[in-house]
Amino acid sequence: MKILVVEDDVEAGRYLARALTEAGHVADHAVDGEQGLEMALSGSYDVLIVDRMLPKRDGLSLIMALRSEKRTTPVLILSALGQVDDRVLGLRAGGDDYLTKPYAFTECLARVEALARRQNPQSAQLTYRVGDLELDRLAHRVTRAGEEILLQPREFRLLEYLMRHAGQVVTRTMLLENVWDYHFDPQTNVIDVHISRLRGKIERGQGAALLHTVRGAGYMIRDNER
Amino acid sequence: MRQAAGRIFRTSAFRLSAVYLLIFVFFAVFVLGYLAWNTRRLLDAQITETIETEISSLAEQYRIGGVRQLIVTMERRGRQSGSFLYLLVDPRGDSVTGNAILRVPALDQKPGWVELPFNWPDESEEVRRLAKLRVFVLPGNLRLFVGRDLEERARLQEAIRRARGWSLLMVLLLGGFGAWFVTRKVLSRVDGIAGATARIMDGNLAERLPVTNADDEFDRLAIHLNQMLDRMGELMAGLRELSDNVAHDLRTPLTRLRNGAEESLRNAQSLEESRHGLERAIEESDQLIRIFDALLMIARAETGNLSTSLQEIALDELAAGIAELYEPLAEEAGMPLRSDIEPGLKLKANRALIGQALSNLVENALKYGLPPEGSDRAAEIELSVHRREGRIELSVSDRGPGIPDDDRERVLERFVRLDRSRAKPGFGLGLSLVNAVARLHGGTLRLEDNAPGLRVVLVLPAPLVNDPEIVPSP
Repeated sequence: MKILVVEDDVEAGRYLARALTEAGHVADHAVDGEQGLEMALSGSYDVLIVDRMLPKRDGLSLIMALRSEKRTTPVLILSALGQVDDRVLGLRAGGDDYLTKPYAFTECLARVEALARRQNPQSAQLTYRVGDLELDRLAHRVTRAGEEILLQPREFRLLEYLMRHAGQVVTRTMLLENVWDYHFDPQTNVIDVHISRLRGKIERGQGAALLHTVRGAGYMIRDNER
Repeated sequence: MRQAAGRIFRTSAFRLSAVYLLIFVFFAVFVLGYLAWNTRRLLDAQITETIETEISSLAEQYRIGGVRQLIVTMERRGRQSGSFLYLLVDPRGDSVTGNAILRVPALDQKPGWVELPFNWPDESEEVRRLAKLRVFVLPGNLRLFVGRDLEERARLQEAIRRARGWSLLMVLLLGGFGAWFVTRKVLSRVDGIAGATARIMDGNLAERLPVTNADDEFDRLAIHLNQMLDRMGELMAGLRELSDNVAHDLRTPLTRLRNGAEESLRNAQSLEESRHGLERAIEESDQLIRIFDALLMIARAETGNLSTSLQEIALDELAAGIAELYEPLAEEAGMPLRSDIEPGLKLKANRALIGQALSNLVENALKYGLPPEGSDRAAEIELSVHRREGRIELSVSDRGPGIPDDDRERVLERFVRLDRSRAKPGFGLGLSLVNAVARLHGGTLRLEDNAPGLRVVLVLPAPLVNDPEIVPSP
């Protein structure tokens, strides 16, 4: 995946680009808004990571300029402004996701990969399959090796989100935002309990473990045996 | 001095006074002019009338005794003081009889009304007199002049003219002085306010604008501005206190972070151990970030407003979502979470903040809500949302040990943790944050005795029209 990092703090930008490269992506780094816009318009990037406060042209203006050129490249906004309104402003300007500094790199990586996946038309498919686990979005049905598993509505949405991002790390914050639509930070392991309940239902004794905990990052659903 | 005068001329008070003065002068001139014109007209009419009366009396004499009788009458009457003017002139222009001398050739005068210069017989020509006369031509081409001295009218006109001059002068003098005085007064008030603002800007923030007890518009302005300054002072004091607190409060966890890093640098024997140390450092810094975020949000609640991020939210849905989110965790902790939520409640609020507040309350209940040893009540947590007396009450109750009366105020402050909760994780910001969210939404936070246990009630002002019975949903 080709990623453009627009970040005026050279140290932070280089760190992010290097970490993305280590994670197997190609990352370019622009240090101001003008350079960032130019590179975003000329290069074919899969995801942009844009800081909000940039010299020459601020992040929101960059995104709006990009959108007015009919570019739909997904944008992850990075910002030191973590107030409630700023998030809304950022998304309204055309950003696709918002991450407040300081952030954990795992969180950033997971969100970037989720954004790239969203662009992929395959993500809107009607059934997801991981190993012998199948989820039918239309019929609201989940089966494991052909055997139906009964899930609560919220558990279904949780599994649906995990399976849409199969093979990718999904963080607890992402789950809270996308499955529950809450944008705050719980102090407890409240998500973990939901995950372990879901795991209990889809892995009841039979078959291989599918729902993995990624230490220090989040969760991932993946068929290890394939 | 000239500069001071220039300042006075440039003030709006002075300009306004000058305009008023001008209008007043115009008005005075008009009134006096009209008065003069009207008086003259009235006097003229009166004089004409008396002359007519005299003429008709003379005509009577003429009819009785012809020209001779007329001359006798004229001579007799002409001797009386304050009399009419009489003059009879023969065809050659010589005076036959009369008590006045015309200063223009008598023969040029046509019959009818005229105003002519004249003198009384014993006067020099220097004295200029004017008479209103009626001219008749009698048989034998004799010209008869009957009239009255117009001195009276002239005197009156002169008086009026003089009055006009004086009054204009007085108006200008008084008006000018008045304008100067008013302007000086206004200017001194404005200068007082400007001086005070300058001193405030120089850093003397306790200074306030002068308020006299005149209770005029300047006082009202000054009082308002003073209130504004007070409010700004409060906000600034709040900010200063907050930045002091933040600096102080972040020191502790920062020290912990640093100590931890130092310790693992000093003692780590293996890669595994230093890795562990780094992980702990990351955890610590995450904690720090959380504290920092919470402090910022509290600070914002104490100084700012929310208006930009308010939206209508379905409170019942939000609360039910929180209950559903925490229900498995609560069950695992052995404290079943029940919810009692009135349906259809809507509220203009910031969804993320209300969600955060509810989640803080539930997490607190999970942390502290286990009944003490020997309690006869089973552990449970109740999340309830109700509309009561025009307000919306969101409450979270537990069956734990509760909070003693004396401590209820205190636990809302930042970083306050009661002694028996020190063993649990946390940093004493949860309730402060909920309190801040309440205040940010114009509500309050109440801690109650749940007998036994603690009930925390978040009271929010409800929108006015929001009754599902009046507005049935389709």
